Amino acid sequence: MTGGEYLAIAYGVVFVFVLAYVGIIAAKLARLQREASELLELARRQRPAPQGAEPVTREATRSA
Amino acid sequence: MGVALALSLLVAPEDADQGISQRIFYIHVPIALTAYFCFGLGAWKALLLLWRGDARYDLESYVAIHQGTIFGALTLITGSIWAKASWGVWWTWDSNQLVLFLVLFLFYCAYFMLRFSIEEGASRSRSSAVYALFGVVLIPISFLAIRLAEDFIHPTVFTREGPQMTGTMFTAFCVSWAAVTLLAYVLYRVELAGKRLAIDLRELREALQ
Repeated sequence: MTGGEYLAIAYGVVFVFVLAYVGIIAAKLARLQREASELLELARRQRPAPQGAEPVTREATRSA
Repeated sequence: MGVALALSLLVAPEDADQGISQRIFYIHVPIALTAYFCFGLGAWKALLLLWRGDARYDLESYVAIHQGTIFGALTLITGSIWAKASWGVWWTWDSNQLVLFLVLFLFYCAYFMLRFSIEEGASRSRSSAVYALFGVVLIPISFLAIRLAEDFIHPTVFTREGPQMTGTMFTAFCVSWAAVTLLAYVLYRVELAGKRLAIDLRELREALQ
């Protein structure tokens, strides 16, 4: 192999490592986001709505 | 990072001895220095945990050591590729610098084995912190090994007379170092925020159920 090929492999390995790491972190954050949504639903179900109050929608929560 | 890559691969002059493969220097050395820094930061946070007893330092220490291990693995891989290009071998046990860095890396790999073999709580935090502090002793030894050893083949670039390279090479190196440090910092913050969020969500789930 030539020096240029070794150079490409070295930089390529770093790029792939960082990409994989960012991918793993992104997957974990997506899982946490889903978990937060589940907990929000759970909290809504557990809290009784006040008499005559409009039900709170997810869209209304986000816009707030 | 883009500027660092452009400077390292396009602007910096080619080394007279090693040719194009010397450009691995601009990624290998900043990554190695960042690994040392992450291990040092992990030890510092561990010291703060033992000193002040604040539980948040445990997670910060763990994330810093995790980052250090990732950058340490990259140091070994890029160094090995550079060794093959320059010396014709992937690894040599004759260089103290290489062996001591491997020892440092394996020491911090064992940190995770220790940490996950103990149940979560104050005992795990303290044991992990003490272990992280022991490891920090290896950092200056590993860093200075190249200067202490007389029969080394690993090159010395930074001497008492200053950096042994041209101004453009040094600029490319400094920019690369800044870019890798910034990358490590961003990854550290993101991973730390994710782990804290996971803990908060777990507590919230326990409170709701």
